[in-house]
Amino acid sequence: MNCRSEVLEVSVEGRQVDEAMLALLHTILLHRSTGKFHYKKEGTYSIGTVGTQDIDCDFIDFTFVRVSSDELDRVIRKAVAEFKDALNITGSDGMGQISLEFYQKKKSRWPFSDECIPWEVWTIKVNVVNLANEQERQICREKVGEKLGEKVINVVEVINRHEYLPKMPTQSEVDNVFDTSLKDVQPYLYKITYQITDSLGTSVSTTMRRLIKDTLAL
Amino acid sequence: MMESDLSPQDKKDLDKFIKFFALKTVQVIVQARLGEKICTRSSSSPTGSDWFNLAIKDIPEVTHEAKKALAGQLPGIGRSMCVEISLKTSEGDSMELETWCLEMNEKCDKDIKVSYTVYNRLSLLLKSLLAITRVTPAYKLSRKQGHDYVILYRIYFGEVQLAGLGEGFQTVRVGIVGTPTGTITLSCAYRTNLAFMSTRQFERAAPIMGIIIDHFVERPFGNVGHMHPCNYRAPGEEEGGAFAGVEDSQEVCTTSFSTSPPSQLYTSRLSYQPPALGAAELCHPGTCTAAHPHQMVAPGKEGGVPQVPMQPCHGAQADHGHVSSCPTGDATHHIPATPPSSGEDAEALSRSSEVKSTSPSDPLDATFTRKVGAFVNKPTTQVTTAGLDLPFAAFAPRAYELEENDPMVHPPDSPATSSPLQGSLHSQASSDNGGQTQEDFVMVDFKPAFSKDDLLPMDLGTFYREFQNPPQLASLSIDVSTQSMAEDLDSLPEKLAIYEKNIDEFDAFVDTLQ
Repeated sequence: MNCRSEVLEVSVEGRQVDEAMLALLHTILLHRSTGKFHYKKEGTYSIGTVGTQDIDCDFIDFTFVRVSSDELDRVIRKAVAEFKDALNITGSDGMGQISLEFYQKKKSRWPFSDECIPWEVWTIKVNVVNLANEQERQICREKVGEKLGEKVINVVEVINRHEYLPKMPTQSEVDNVFDTSLKDVQPYLYKITYQITDSLGTSVSTTMRRLIKDTLAL
Repeated sequence: MMESDLSPQDKKDLDKFIKFFALKTVQVIVQARLGEKICTRSSSSPTGSDWFNLAIKDIPEVTHEAKKALAGQLPGIGRSMCVEISLKTSEGDSMELETWCLEMNEKCDKDIKVSYTVYNRLSLLLKSLLAITRVTPAYKLSRKQGHDYVILYRIYFGEVQLAGLGEGFQTVRVGIVGTPTGTITLSCAYRTNLAFMSTRQFERAAPIMGIIIDHFVERPFGNVGHMHPCNYRAPGEEEGGAFAGVEDSQEVCTTSFSTSPPSQLYTSRLSYQPPALGAAELCHPGTCTAAHPHQMVAPGKEGGVPQVPMQPCHGAQADHGHVSSCPTGDATHHIPATPPSSGEDAEALSRSSEVKSTSPSDPLDATFTRKVGAFVNKPTTQVTTAGLDLPFAAFAPRAYELEENDPMVHPPDSPATSSPLQGSLHSQASSDNGGQTQEDFVMVDFKPAFSKDDLLPMDLGTFYREFQNPPQLASLSIDVSTQSMAEDLDSLPEKLAIYEKNIDEFDAFVDTLQ
């Protein structure tokens, strides 16, 4: 199966990084989360309800919608905060990218560990700019807001192509397709990784989250 | 389109899905233009009443309007369901901002599973709609509505009308879902040219104006749809039972995976503050039938009625229903949800109650010509306010009296300033009104945003108007400018001689500075 890959690029000011990343990641996850599945004896299942919430950005003229799940929000915020710290620390030109990858687990026979097969990868490339004065910052607030709007439209366009989605799993298979660890919503299995580009354009560090956790959680 | 391949159960399910999808689409769009942040909770236990597994509340009045527009039909080929969002200023001018269209085309996807794939894709499309409604320009405008303008919605069914969006409007496609009977597409066409244009709708729609004062009256002009404000007030008890038609929204969204009993949708309320000053009383009891809901008034973003005594909005546009937090709104509407402590509000409301008591039932009696309206020529007919249900109707005659002396009506000879209407929508509310001197605009009653009528009537306004057109500077007057350079040069030697004579004085002065 081919994994489809989408790249979104944004240029933001330092303090806008968090919100820009949250806006885009949450927009994607909104579309890639369902309600909790409740399997019944007959092999059918019912799906819980996903609530949504409007979030206003403080540093960008933008409002985005995310699923109403504080747990999920915490996880995403943590990943974005790590990404932002990494962007600051490496003294790079402020370029990096954060990837949200949706994957399926495929059980392999022992001694091989389960394979994680991505089916959709979203990469958000970030370029951090420094602004000199308040006027520029104000313009940047509006411009970045517009840009994020365009990115949301791009995301929606891709998602509405209705390309491959994993089949709805049976009860025994559900953990191979969905992340069932949250109480209130059920996103497809995902992992967030990031890379910081140094001024030479090469990748300095790669951090793998969740993959390790999932692998160890066999 | 061949439907023979679809089983009766599937056909029935598909129709139900499309119907509820249309209703939910309208809810999402209108709620996104309420001017408030929306927040609903996730629930891990399925309730069976949340269509498409999304927690989208149902505002009963909106559902009612949508059903009215659909009139038992479903969106189909050539029959699109459209939600038009427009903006209306406190002066009564309006502008269409966007039109959301739910359409169906002929492209069928025979192999798709109705109860599963179509349902899930419709759910995805609703999520996309949630995201996109926050991205179009009208979202920001709707978040700032309240004092200067309000956002209205209108639902219609049939042919899509995009002419009101001005030139250069953009379209964004939210998404498509193929079904065995056609492909559902959801898109939005939005205006990009936000320069405020005079629509001249008042002149054209003059006969309708009288009716709009009480929007409970059946419109004789069939296709002029209602515009409703995108504001919500928790309906009072008297309206709660009025929606017989809403009951079927409690219909269980039976899907292959959800079986729990339905919840009571029509009793769900958004957590808005109920009108504090007995708004219910302002509804004409006699005419308050089930059709009212668009009288929703809700706090504008700033939470309530603006402090500004706005110009009485004499029947705005025919198409436009109540204007909620605009105090010049029609009849029933002006209801502050949480009125900031203001004597003016109480005054306004007491006036409106008093107006109501005069002749509640037949507002058409009012011989009324639009007086305020920025774009009509000065009317000659006297306004009788007795029959008007305007909350601020009491202001109308007062303004009218002042008209003869009103410099806005008889503009002084001063250089014409640019029409405030060319400015951006966000521009300062009333302050722009003072600047115009074009003959077409008759701004009768300039009430600046920050003055209160009851304390110092018109002082500040008069002050402002007078100083808007200051006299020319003397140095720029024509006499000076024609003084020739030659004369200047001629007088120069004399001046130099005088300065040399007084050189000691100058030196002494310079010393004092050191």
